Amino acid sequence: MGLLNKLDNPYNAGGIVLGVAEDVLNWGRSKSDWYLQFGLACCAIEFMALNASHYDFMRFGCIPRTSPRQADFIIVSGTVTLKMAERIKRLYEQMAEPKYVISMGSCANCGGPYWEHGYHVLKGVDRVIPVDVYVPGCPPRPEAFFEGMMKLQEKIKMQAIFRKREKIAEEDAKNAAEGKIVVPGLVEVDNH
Amino acid sequence: MQANEIYEKLKAEYGDAIMELVSDEATEAWIRISPDKILEVCLGLRDDKGFKFDYLANLSGMDYKDSIGVVYHLYSVELKHRITLKAILDRENPTIHTVERVWKTANWHEREAFDMFGIIFENHPNLIRILSPYDWEGYPLRKDYVTPQEYNGFKVPY
Ligand code: SF4
Repeated sequence: MGLLNKLDNPYNAGGIVLGVAEDVLNWGRSKSDWYLQFGLACCAIEFMALNASHYDFMRFGCIPRTSPRQADFIIVSGTVTLKMAERIKRLYEQMAEPKYVISMGSCANCGGPYWEHGYHVLKGVDRVIPVDVYVPGCPPRPEAFFEGMMKLQEKIKMQAIFRKREKIAEEDAKNAAEGKIVVPGLVEVDNH
Repeated sequence: MQANEIYEKLKAEYGDAIMELVSDEATEAWIRISPDKILEVCLGLRDDKGFKFDYLANLSGMDYKDSIGVVYHLYSVELKHRITLKAILDRENPTIHTVERVWKTANWHEREAFDMFGIIFENHPNLIRILSPYDWEGYPLRKDYVTPQEYNGFKVPY
């Protein structure tokens, strides 16, 4: 009896919410992303503004880290020179899975103003590491960066931890055809 | 001191090493000096009681298409006068003595000029590239520089 009452009244003291473990984990992950700072050029200046009290990036649960081993994602903000590209790659490889990349500004996206005559500039950081979110702008305003951050959170929330999403969708379709109810990501429940 | 006074005084002291004074350009007046006397002239400019050029504000390389140049911008904090020196070098073999022992500032400036223009500063304590990677090929600010297609496996053009 007591347990059912708690289910009916989930938000009062001692209430119980039923959820999918994957969603709970992803919710947690998406709200506490620690990032590796990688300020390279003028975009990094905008990024400092983003971190300061006026825009307050920390309200996203993002804490700056200076070690790749403690970071969930890396923000490449600025011009990636060929000399730096090797270092970025090495840092990215040192980060623990799961890891994400935000490319901030035109330079990191595609070479920016150096796309033609920049003999020393890598034309886009996606030539060395896989980028999850591109934030356009030269430099992007903090609001634009927040949009990018929210896109990354969306992506993290969608991620399959236990099974791949496509596989789940396939199985769901199959189960629906057979009339079975399945809680995704958890144990199969037989209807009978 | 005005530029022409500086020129006269230098000319009296070093003779042919001081080649010409150009003061009719929109920029600051400059003195062309012979590259093989650069160390003596710079030591004189720094230590002479009348000059006291204690500050090397800038040292940069230049590409004049048929030759390579080194430009020195000097300032005296005490006497508040300034002068620009230019040394014109052979394009095939741009070599000049370092002024690192005259003004320590010259150390990194000369490394930059070496990095970007390939000017060899003789007797420099550590003449290696400063901006480009150590294994970079060519001198990027030369007018005939061609952007490489590839560097260490990275594609360079867009
Ligand atoms: S995108 Fe613009 S602001 Fe950002 S690093 Fe490049 S040049 Fe600077």
